[in-house]
Amino acid sequence: MSTKQPVKDWATDFDHTDPAWNNDPYPIWDDLRKRCPMARSERFEDGAFFPSRYADVREISYDTEHFSSRRVIVREKKFNPVMPAPPITSDPPEHRPARMPLLPAFNPKAIEKLTPGTRALCNRLIDGVIDKGSCDAATDYAQHIPTRVIANMLGMDEEDGDRYRRWIKMALEEGIHDNSKVTESLKEMTIYFGQELAKRSDMPGDDLISFMRDQRVDGQPLPPEKIIGTLRLLLIAGIDTTWSAIGASLWHLAKNPQDTARLVAEPALMDTAVEELLRAYAPVTMAREVKKDVTINGCPMKAGAMVLLSFPAANRDPEMFPDADKVLLDRQENRHAAFGLGIHRCIGSNLARMELRVALEEWLKRIPQFRLENPAGVTWSEGTVRGPRTLRVVWK
Amino acid sequence: MSEPKKFKVHVETALCQGHNRCYSIAPELFEVDDLGNARARGDGAVPPQLEEKARLTVKNCPEHAIRMTAKN
Repeated sequence: MSTKQPVKDWATDFDHTDPAWNNDPYPIWDDLRKRCPMARSERFEDGAFFPSRYADVREISYDTEHFSSRRVIVREKKFNPVMPAPPITSDPPEHRPARMPLLPAFNPKAIEKLTPGTRALCNRLIDGVIDKGSCDAATDYAQHIPTRVIANMLGMDEEDGDRYRRWIKMALEEGIHDNSKVTESLKEMTIYFGQELAKRSDMPGDDLISFMRDQRVDGQPLPPEKIIGTLRLLLIAGIDTTWSAIGASLWHLAKNPQDTARLVAEPALMDTAVEELLRAYAPVTMAREVKKDVTINGCPMKAGAMVLLSFPAANRDPEMFPDADKVLLDRQENRHAAFGLGIHRCIGSNLARMELRVALEEWLKRIPQFRLENPAGVTWSEGTVRGPRTLRVVWK
Repeated sequence: MSEPKKFKVHVETALCQGHNRCYSIAPELFEVDDLGNARARGDGAVPPQLEEKARLTVKNCPEHAIRMTAKN
């Protein structure tokens, strides 16, 4: 692990794992958008760019000719060989066949079926804390919701949640600085899912692993390594992300009692509120690798360089969103990019929205007034997925 | 007062990525296939009482895939 130098200038030396960025990235992005909308940094192997304007993030998202998804995390040292997790790491033409079989499992009808179970799960979690008058909303509540929902979808033991979160932390956070963590996480997940797949070889099942086992492309079953790659993706992409969105939304409500009171009084506001919270606190930053030399917004980019593709920064661009720095629960026009743009649109977006909405609705029904116990004590995850990891709240 | 206008909505299939924002805002006007891609219901005609909702779907589609045009 390298010793980190303080950032000299965010425009030429950005670091998305720096404590200042971690504590409050929004002023940094606002400043860069004004004076250097395509920042760069040599801290990462082959250099990295950071576009902070919505228009540039959008252009790069659509440009699969010059930008590859084979690496979706900006790390100090590139991870070789790449860690395939199709379809998020797939480019055309492999992308579509890798994505298609998964889509029916995440369409609105499929997700609607999971709603009552998610409501019940949220209430069980609230049952466990409500009499205490305080809890850590990140670790006692938010984190368990996506962990258990995805474990149930995959037909795995929801008690394995601690292992899942450890693998994710190694892949997404520690792995930015230390590639051996990525290797370890990859190895453990591959063994785990290999066993899960083998268990299902001689028994029928209606979980997502069995569903993938039964898929046929041109009459052929999917090769086990592709299934396992996709299972790694579903686990990594389905847990920290939604945990972060729920946690950040509760953090906002704990700090803004007028918004909480409004949501309690006007439940119909939840439609626009969920979208606005997703815009303002979008958790997921992806990456691309420049495939062919290209110029974006006047900025020449060489093949091999990485791009930190920040949907959260795009969502705060005032050119796209009036009052971009304000959370307006009734924002009517909201073309936010929290789930990405173009062919890699988050496949779990319907699931994430349902979990966020249900988590907030059930919480507000039973804990309509709450506040941060200690605003300075809130801690945030680092790097690729942003959300609170310590979030002590109190209520009467 | 101007004449009441008649509109219809249309989803550009090539642009739709299945965000399903239109379907969640106006399920009366849009439907979603198994893969999560949206299309207008029927011939896409927008009843006058749904015009405002139809406008919102246009303005909330992250992929700019929805068109609202005067109906011939």
